Amino acid sequence: MSSARDDILGRVRQRIGRDPADLADAQERLARTLAQPQSGPRPAYAGDLAARFIERARALISSVDECPLATDVPQRCAGWLQEQGLGRDIVVAPVLADLDWHAAGLATRIGAATGSDLVGVTGCFRAIAETGTLMLCSGAGSPAVNSLLPETHIAVVPRAHIVADMEAAWRDARRELAPWPRAVNLVSGPSRTADIEQTIVLGAHGPYRVHLVIVG
Amino acid sequence: MEIRSMHFVDRVRQRLDDPELQRNLTRTRGRNAAARAASLGSLDDFDAVRTRATEIRASVLRDLDLWLERFEQEATRRGATVLWARDGDEACRLVIDIARRHDVRTVVKAKSMVSEEAGLNAALEAAGIRPVETDLGEYILQINDNEPPSHIIMPVIHKSKEQVSELFARIHGTPLKTDIVELTREARERLRPDFLSAEMGISGGNFLVAETGSVAIVTNEGNGRMCTTMPRVHVALTGIEKVIPTLDDLATLMRILPRSATGQAISNYVSLLTGPRHEGDADGPEHMYFVLVDGGRSDLIASDFEPMLRCIRCGACMNHCPVYQTVGGHSYGWVYPGPMGSVLTPLYQGLEKARDLPQAATLCNQCGVVCPVSIPLPDLMRKLREKQVEQGLRPWFERLSLRMWAWAAARPRLYAAGARFAVRYLRWLADGRDHIQAMGVAPGWTSQRDFPAPAAQTFRDLYAEQQRRSGR
Repeated sequence: MSSARDDILGRVRQRIGRDPADLADAQERLARTLAQPQSGPRPAYAGDLAARFIERARALISSVDECPLATDVPQRCAGWLQEQGLGRDIVVAPVLADLDWHAAGLATRIGAATGSDLVGVTGCFRAIAETGTLMLCSGAGSPAVNSLLPETHIAVVPRAHIVADMEAAWRDARRELAPWPRAVNLVSGPSRTADIEQTIVLGAHGPYRVHLVIVG
Repeated sequence: MEIRSMHFVDRVRQRLDDPELQRNLTRTRGRNAAARAASLGSLDDFDAVRTRATEIRASVLRDLDLWLERFEQEATRRGATVLWARDGDEACRLVIDIARRHDVRTVVKAKSMVSEEAGLNAALEAAGIRPVETDLGEYILQINDNEPPSHIIMPVIHKSKEQVSELFARIHGTPLKTDIVELTREARERLRPDFLSAEMGISGGNFLVAETGSVAIVTNEGNGRMCTTMPRVHVALTGIEKVIPTLDDLATLMRILPRSATGQAISNYVSLLTGPRHEGDADGPEHMYFVLVDGGRSDLIASDFEPMLRCIRCGACMNHCPVYQTVGGHSYGWVYPGPMGSVLTPLYQGLEKARDLPQAATLCNQCGVVCPVSIPLPDLMRKLREKQVEQGLRPWFERLSLRMWAWAAARPRLYAAGARFAVRYLRWLADGRDHIQAMGVAPGWTSQRDFPAPAAQTFRDLYAEQQRRSGR
């Protein structure tokens, strides 16, 4: 018996009318598409990308803080957590281990979040101005669970990482990420559902709140 | 999933007579259409994006064999295993084999319409594996004795919060809640332990990206992320037509998918998943599988119905369909309702099992206008109607009537006499009014509305008279 793979691909080839003589041309067409990915029509933005990102992120019900100095980030986070009544316990992605979280009075664990962590802190590979979206890439220093399991997700977003659109973010990812990460998560505000009577409720399975600290 | 589309007319009748369902359908009617319309403004040129999206999907189909091979090559290179299934049964067998190989007892599932096509949940249960649906809507349906979804992206659009509330209280043994926030929280707390302990996660796939050998999963709830991050094994189950070339194409399609579906500029979570966890990673599955399902798709290539393979499952066609909005998704009797279902069900399940679906449309073309990948849905339904006639699948009464009409229409004198008689009869029924309230020979026409009374003279008589008057 022939394999399902051969059957399916054989059937597809037969329906397409694949001619072996044209195969080289077709392969060439594919190679070209992959070597030079074509962007589609993209909305253009005049003005500051960071301002656009912040405006869009707020529209998605993320809260945003701006912090000029990276060294002040733990303090700012501690202040926000206190203001919101969200405690002092945080789990921080290893990429941000260099910041002095303890000095800000935060009970800090460096590593991957578990089901019992309430506040997860992550960095961000790129932030997309068009939609107010974070691009988070998984890796040893940036576990995917920190933006997923805790009820509160804090992301530290370097201002220089804000790009216009998803195409720009993918371009940077192609250039900088090797090996390609297991998970690239594009996160746009807190988790939500509208399954019951199309009423939007925050905190379906992921975080109830997303707080962004723009650095620089 | 068991097919019930042959009983469309009876199912519609039941649903039109169900006041609770009609109330629920009315509550949300038009909301998604309005949200979609409002969201298009944030794209400078929606039509240009739509044209590009259409082009991307059409170009893949022209070289689908090569794109699938390319996808397989990239996915395999990055550590995933790619499996192929000719139909739903084979897909179920493959998934069960994977589960057994990895000692899986519980599976958490993110939404996958292909798994509904295959009837995967029933197959898993029969194999002693517990499937847990984790999309809030799908979860509600599963605990309601595996009720089928009535919409492809809002599966419980036919239910009220009171019905969900009653269900939760009965199944969970908790006090009755009326607040949607509390109901959502209850489901979250119920499902958390399963996310953390299930050995395997099954997701669908909105797109397969050939460039990186990845699956892209779009959710708002985050359950898609949970199912593909926490368990040891991840299986992405999807159709062979879902492949797209590059990440730039994903960016284009993501401008149009959430807007068309719910009016969002972007969904909360778009996850691009590539292979199993890397050495040193703190999370992610140890094994990643793709199950690529044909299930009738390859038959559509290079046929009149190929455009249907461009479909990105946004649901805009049903959100804009006057028929769907009135009869609800369950009337259609299989996985896919609304216009796209009226085309797909006969194609995947056989025209003889879905005789009424291609007729379940006014051909108003709202679906064709809003489709983000320009599928000419009314044309495809019309082609299915033609096929039905060719295959002799229309009811004997319709065939006989048309034959009689054709016979009469070929005999002008007889036809004119018949028309004159019909006009007289209808005007007698109208009894001096401009409408007819009850038509004895065809009561169905007037059961919901009046029938307009005809003019006193037939067109043929009027034309002949005018010709005479102008002296020709």
